[in-house]
Amino acid sequence: MSDARIIRVAGAIAEASPMGDVALYELVEVGERKLLGEVIRLDGQVATIQVFEETTGLGLDEPVHPTAGSLTTELGPGLLGSILDGVGRPLHAMADRSGDFIAPGMSIPPLDPKVRWAFTPTVSSGAEIAECDVLGTVEESPGLVHQILVPPSTQGRVAQIDAGTYTIEQAIGALEDGTPLRLSHKWAIRRRRPMARRLAGDRPFITGQRVFDFLFPVAEGGSVAVPGGFGTGKTVIEQSLAKFARADVMVYIGCGERGNEMADVLHDFGRLTDPQTGRPIMDRTVLIVNTSNMPVAARDASVYLGMTIAEYYRDMGYHVAVLADSLSRWAEALREIAARLQEMPGEEGYPTYLANRMSRLYERAGRVETLGSPSRTGAVTFISAVSPPGGDFAEPVTQASLRVVGALWALDTGLAHQRQFPAVDWDTSYSLYVEATSDWFSREGSSEWSTLRLRTMQLLQRDRELREIAGLVGVDALADDDRLILEGARIAREFLIGQNAFHEHDAFSPVTKTHALAKLLWDFMTRAGSILRDDAGFEKLDLAAVRLAFGAVKTAAPTDMDATVSRAADAIANMGAT
Amino acid sequence: MTPRAPTVRTYSGAASAAGPLLFVRSTLRAQLGEWVQIEIEGQAERRGQVIDVGTDITVIQVFEDTLGLRPAKARITLTGETATTTVGKDLLGRALSGTGAPLDQLPIAIGEARRPIWGEPINPVRRRNPSDFIETGVSAIDGMNTLVRGQKLPVFSAPGLPGIELAADIVENARPARGEPFAVVFAAIGITERETQTFVSRFRESEVMQRTVLYLNQASDPTIERLLTPRVALTTAEHLAFVHGFHVLVVTADITHYAEALREIAAAREEIPGRRGYPGYMYTDLASLFERAGVLENGEGSVTQLPVVTLPDGDITHPIPDLTGYITEGQIVLNRELHQRGIYPPVDVLPSLSRLMNAGIGKTRTVPEHREWANQLYAVYARGREAKLMAAIVGTEGLASEDQHALEFTDLFEQRLIHQGRRRRSLEDTIEIGWSLLQTLPRDELTRMSETTWQAHAARDQDEEKPK
Ligand SMILES: Nc1ncnc2c1ncn2[C@@H]1O[C@H](COP(=O)(O)OP(=O)(O)OP(=O)(O)O)[C@@H](O)[C@H]1O
Ligand SMILES: [Mg+2]
Repeated sequence: MSDARIIRVAGAIAEASPMGDVALYELVEVGERKLLGEVIRLDGQVATIQVFEETTGLGLDEPVHPTAGSLTTELGPGLLGSILDGVGRPLHAMADRSGDFIAPGMSIPPLDPKVRWAFTPTVSSGAEIAECDVLGTVEESPGLVHQILVPPSTQGRVAQIDAGTYTIEQAIGALEDGTPLRLSHKWAIRRRRPMARRLAGDRPFITGQRVFDFLFPVAEGGSVAVPGGFGTGKTVIEQSLAKFARADVMVYIGCGERGNEMADVLHDFGRLTDPQTGRPIMDRTVLIVNTSNMPVAARDASVYLGMTIAEYYRDMGYHVAVLADSLSRWAEALREIAARLQEMPGEEGYPTYLANRMSRLYERAGRVETLGSPSRTGAVTFISAVSPPGGDFAEPVTQASLRVVGALWALDTGLAHQRQFPAVDWDTSYSLYVEATSDWFSREGSSEWSTLRLRTMQLLQRDRELREIAGLVGVDALADDDRLILEGARIAREFLIGQNAFHEHDAFSPVTKTHALAKLLWDFMTRAGSILRDDAGFEKLDLAAVRLAFGAVKTAAPTDMDATVSRAADAIANMGAT
Repeated sequence: MTPRAPTVRTYSGAASAAGPLLFVRSTLRAQLGEWVQIEIEGQAERRGQVIDVGTDITVIQVFEDTLGLRPAKARITLTGETATTTVGKDLLGRALSGTGAPLDQLPIAIGEARRPIWGEPINPVRRRNPSDFIETGVSAIDGMNTLVRGQKLPVFSAPGLPGIELAADIVENARPARGEPFAVVFAAIGITERETQTFVSRFRESEVMQRTVLYLNQASDPTIERLLTPRVALTTAEHLAFVHGFHVLVVTADITHYAEALREIAAAREEIPGRRGYPGYMYTDLASLFERAGVLENGEGSVTQLPVVTLPDGDITHPIPDLTGYITEGQIVLNRELHQRGIYPPVDVLPSLSRLMNAGIGKTRTVPEHREWANQLYAVYARGREAKLMAAIVGTEGLASEDQHALEFTDLFEQRLIHQGRRRRSLEDTIEIGWSLLQTLPRDELTRMSETTWQAHAARDQDEEKPK
């Protein structure tokens, strides 16, 4: 037992002495209420602790106890569908204990120790096993097989392993050296899980958002930063992806954001079903929730917790998407802690190690060949919102993200004010995954995919230039060709890139629909171009009918897709007929 | 769950003082957030709060003015408790100071309990999705940027713009759907004597006062006390909402004064300043206020917040509105040009937004066509405003005909829909005015309006005319 006592408290930081034998990043219980804390600095006998719970009422001289462990989480069946706070405590269990409001000083493990799981071994006694080998399986949710993995850095020969129903605390077998085998194991969340090697991403993460799939795709295992001022649509994007994008498992991290948004997520995710499996999407989702009024140090932990859970499912051979909203709040937590420690500040008060920490975090995304046998490939795709002050991207968190991500989905306040959603600024956004994913799109989408994409990008660029000119001389002064570009771009903005997240049938766009709209756009451009070349005059184009037809395709129910597409094709063909 | 009995300890003499801070040596078992009384002979008692505890030095933030405070002469009492306030239904109808002392010549409210003012966070899994419409009586809000129970929707004003007046109109006119129990908690934070008088007399004269609690921290009151006022108000609001089942609207005016008090403390502590001198933790601090809005899964009442923020220099990228916007669920933005043209309330709907609107409108809540109606009005108005800029350069003749129509529409929209003066306008009237404006435009320019909705409205119009 340690004699350590609190000698200082300020904000989320406490200092204790004499701390005796503790390690950096060791977990400690702080004060009489046993608040969860983590040692972040050691100086002689004085330990500096960041406290993951509310510190109001914490007093001098209260005891501090080391736990000999670091901030870990329990990885095993039962994570899917759970809702955890930043340090991994299930929020429902917390509500059972403290009611509608969160009280400090609760310690509850993420997995329910009472649930029993039916385990089927895939190895037998006598087998030589090593880290990340698959020991057997548990059906975690209908259709999702949870591979029970040998914990990293464990190896030996299996003495015994039996099929049966077990809780996560019971042994499912043992190694010859006596090490028990269980359904779950612990992992220190700040440490990345090992893997055999990194693989290049070769297929897109289908987001169901046309502007991303078509113009700025991301590969499975890729990473994307989504910066934008307030109200530009970051959360709507993250939530739309969590609901509709194609991945086996979704980890949604609400880091330092709104409580009502989480209520919205809980409400929707419980109701919506995954079109691929027909199951509630909550069954494939882990929610990590640390709202802006919950303790700031736990924001720091929440991001690592989410990554760790994602890597764990990756290691089973799944594709996992991590949706973090917002990484800026995580960075601000670092800044707040650093300021309390009176560390030398870097740019805008952020600690000098911010960029370093961020790149290590982003690097936990990727497509990998996992350790262990049988051999598996899995991926973690990381999409993180960034909230730049004043919407100005020249700030440390956005800039540090840009150094490491493979794609930038830049959101623009001006576009959001025009209600052009998703408010993706097509001039500044980019994707380095266009080439890696183009094979897949030409195979599964259409052979013209890349051509259509390039032409659309050029159209949008030219549109911007022309609109500036039109602002000076008036639209009427433009040549017909140029006016056509304006009209085409308007169609592209409204019906192809624009997507209403709140419309039942527009919220998710399958690749086929995205392609159909892109193709119609260029059919329109071709047809209109030839009418104009015949000197028919701009008024001859029946734009109203065409626009209505585009709108019908955009919002068509899946069963009406073909019919609306052919009506749109007719409307285009009939232009200039009168 | 208090770990040990709070003990009252008194020390004589502080080591030093600086601005609003007092530094005390070797305080026995001081607790973070502990409430402190500071007495000096011949001076009024001051109150403070422990913001940094250390075996060497403990830092106390003093809420009253420290002018004339001699640290060596101070008697400092640590109370063993964190700040609390009296809550109860009997506070309704009362005018109180920024920390809850009576200002209305009535006796001190007895209340039902004392509650810590630093509310605990609502467990997100116990929140209910906000989805009930609150009628504010303001077209620009009810029609275009609907407020719902449990939302936090700030008014972004600027010096000289009537942000507080708009808030006061809403206090007077707001009603929840279905006539459920409704209350208002109004926290004035550093507003002028004149403004305070206007409200107090306005509210007093109407029956509104009976359902209102006023907390008034005026410009002349101690600045640091401003850090307490909104928390005291929110604690009362939470009690009325979650214990008594009221739908409570909390108006806090002005958050800019609150943020300035926050900056003052940060500067006195010689903290590393963040953007424009405001502390790096301002986001977290403001969130600890605004996140106290909400509806509980198993509760009757709700807390809705309508903070007023005065944009310094009218700059929306200033850290105060910027961080507010990052926390709140939208914003109502006032515009100087509209104000100068006599439009009241001068709400610019283009940058305004209610993020929870979708959940609060539609068939069972407002009118079925609400979303399409608002989208269509917004689209034409946005186009018209752009056309206006363009027309300034190329003249109206240089505009495409659709742009010309939108331009004419823009004026009508501002005059008829946005402008309403001080009068309350029902949602039905707002919707009808909107329709009549849309009907001035050719049908094929209303691309956001589906044929079904259009026809449904036409049919309704006919039905209404027939009986005549
Ligand atoms: N795809 C979309 N379709 C329709 N509306 C949208 C879409 N994206 C955003 N919006 C609108 O914009 C609003 C703000 O979006 P969102 O909450 O995602 O912003 P944000 O960038 O996360 O802001 P903050 O940084 O303040 O959290 C939404 O409430 C919605 O009204
Ligand atoms: Mg957001």
